[in-house]
Amino acid sequence: MVGGGGGAGRPRPVVRRGRGPAAAAPPEQNVGSPDKDGALVMTALLEPIGEVRAHDAPVARLQHVLHRHPALGPASVLVLSCLVFTLLNHRFINPLNLSLIVQQVAVVGTLAIGQTMIILTAGIDLSVGAAMILAQMVMAQTAANNHVPGVLALLLGIVVGALTGLLNGFLVTRVKLPPFIVTLGTLSIYTSIGLRYSNGLSVYGSSLPGLLTWTGHFINIGSFQLTTGVLLMLALCVIVSYALTRTAWGRHVYATGDDPEAARLSGISTNRVLLSVYVVAGAIFGIAAWILIGRVGIASTNNAVNANLDSITAVVIGGTSLFGGRGAVLGTLFGALIVGVYQSGISLAGVQSLYQILAEGILVIVAVAVDQWIRKVRR
Amino acid sequence: MSMELGAGTAALGVDSGTPTLEARDLVKTFGHVVGLSGVSLRLYPGEVLAIIGDNGAGKSTLIKCLSGALTPDAGEILLDGVRVNFKSPVDARRAGIETVFQSLAVAPALDIASNLYLGREVRRKDIFGRILRALDTRGMRDDARQHLQALGIATIQDMSQKVETLSGGQRQAVAVARAARFGSKVIILDEPTAALGVRESGQVLELIKELRNRRLPVILISHNMPHVFEVADRIHIQRLGRSAGVITPQSHSMEEAVAIMTGAVQLKNDAEEHPGDSATR
Repeated sequence: MVGGGGGAGRPRPVVRRGRGPAAAAPPEQNVGSPDKDGALVMTALLEPIGEVRAHDAPVARLQHVLHRHPALGPASVLVLSCLVFTLLNHRFINPLNLSLIVQQVAVVGTLAIGQTMIILTAGIDLSVGAAMILAQMVMAQTAANNHVPGVLALLLGIVVGALTGLLNGFLVTRVKLPPFIVTLGTLSIYTSIGLRYSNGLSVYGSSLPGLLTWTGHFINIGSFQLTTGVLLMLALCVIVSYALTRTAWGRHVYATGDDPEAARLSGISTNRVLLSVYVVAGAIFGIAAWILIGRVGIASTNNAVNANLDSITAVVIGGTSLFGGRGAVLGTLFGALIVGVYQSGISLAGVQSLYQILAEGILVIVAVAVDQWIRKVRR
Repeated sequence: MSMELGAGTAALGVDSGTPTLEARDLVKTFGHVVGLSGVSLRLYPGEVLAIIGDNGAGKSTLIKCLSGALTPDAGEILLDGVRVNFKSPVDARRAGIETVFQSLAVAPALDIASNLYLGREVRRKDIFGRILRALDTRGMRDDARQHLQALGIATIQDMSQKVETLSGGQRQAVAVARAARFGSKVIILDEPTAALGVRESGQVLELIKELRNRRLPVILISHNMPHVFEVADRIHIQRLGRSAGVITPQSHSMEEAVAIMTGAVQLKNDAEEHPGDSATR
């Protein structure tokens, strides 16, 4: 920054408000602001902070725009991918195909909403799928075998989901274990509890109360065919997005993930914020279980085996930073849709499905690389 | 010990009335290590009090006690003449002592307005605020802009800019502006210019002067003698866990200050250990 040879060794610069004779101003004042065409008048104590720097290179400007709007990257990838797949096979853009993609995305998308909250706090949850399966088995078993009314079974399942989050949150905040390790452990724990509880038996949709399979009901909007589960995911997306961006709690979630020490010094109880995030995310995994039953029509421990990593993939492709504090639920929704679009588009293009897996892997790495690059935005 | 220097407290002109913040005989030990052995200091309204001292002199321990991060083993802290007991930095902050730590304590990914209001967000007054707990984002941004402009951190248009896109000096300015924001009585700045370039340091020093113009007392911890001598009204010198005296930039030179700091010279008339006025006792 200090390029003026004469000024570098001075003990302190004379930075004045108002104007002074040009000759009296130390040379470093105009270094670094070549756009001021040599007029050595400092009208402000600090340089304008909020001004858009028009002289930036286009690449740097792109970096700034992506930095400000984290959902913009995944949104453009989504639109571009849809265009390409439509060109490869026009059947891709058929409303029924698009509807199917959205239906397929509903479960992982819902999980990814909860996962986003956790990753925003610089955590990670490897147990989301196991928690969902456990909640699912509780819902189905209590309703089918213990003849608990549908509403109660549903609530029980969501409470079980919240409890799995509570245990994760407790281990993270009180026992001070890293979230990765905690959820790696609880992944196995919840999986085994789910297997033990269900004895490995599946519950068929036909033996379940209507409420539990309600999420699989079709709703026609124009020529699109959605399910109530999809609408539920969208509603959750709106609610969580609102809570994260429009309430004090949301600001605290971002601040905690961004710099926990700074958040603590600002008077935020970071442990309480973290615990609340894990519990709310757990409840969302319970709701995902509900959507899963409706989607598959059967409650089984074999459902959604890849859900853990798929949810993280959606969050990462959606532009949420694994380092915490940066990202948005909307981006995650786009991320989940991108995965769904690739699955559908690649098979419609007549390419082997292994290339879909390959594409997903490349996307994750590109997404994280772009995130690293965006985070480098500095003056 | 070859010569003695007079403190000349009579010439300071600020030794009157109740100190905004006063520490009396603070003691803090860590096992066998003595951090503070009976340190007193007074901060009067509208003054900038610098604290200088070598590494290990007890500067950090002293301000940690004042800002609630540490609880002293003995001694008392008075805010506006009333005894206070801080159990955490949050306690101290609630009482009106704002500390800008060296680590800055700003959330880089949040915008300027969000940082100014972090932990003290304002909700909307309407039904959205009351039932849906919606934040008054626009109100907070407007208010943040006015506040920064009033502090002379001028021509900021965009309060929604993220702090991580600011320069070091601007971040420091945001941190100081936040400290000066919420009805605070005392602002403690821990090495605010340590990580800054020459020009940016100058900007932060201007900001400190602006705080003094607003009669907001400031405690400035710094290693940088030119900075200290530029803005401080009085200089509290810490040495080996004790107060080695209080001087002013007028009464002593930088060389003398360093000499007292390192123990080469002893200050005869210690203003803090023998306070001139007894009104507050």
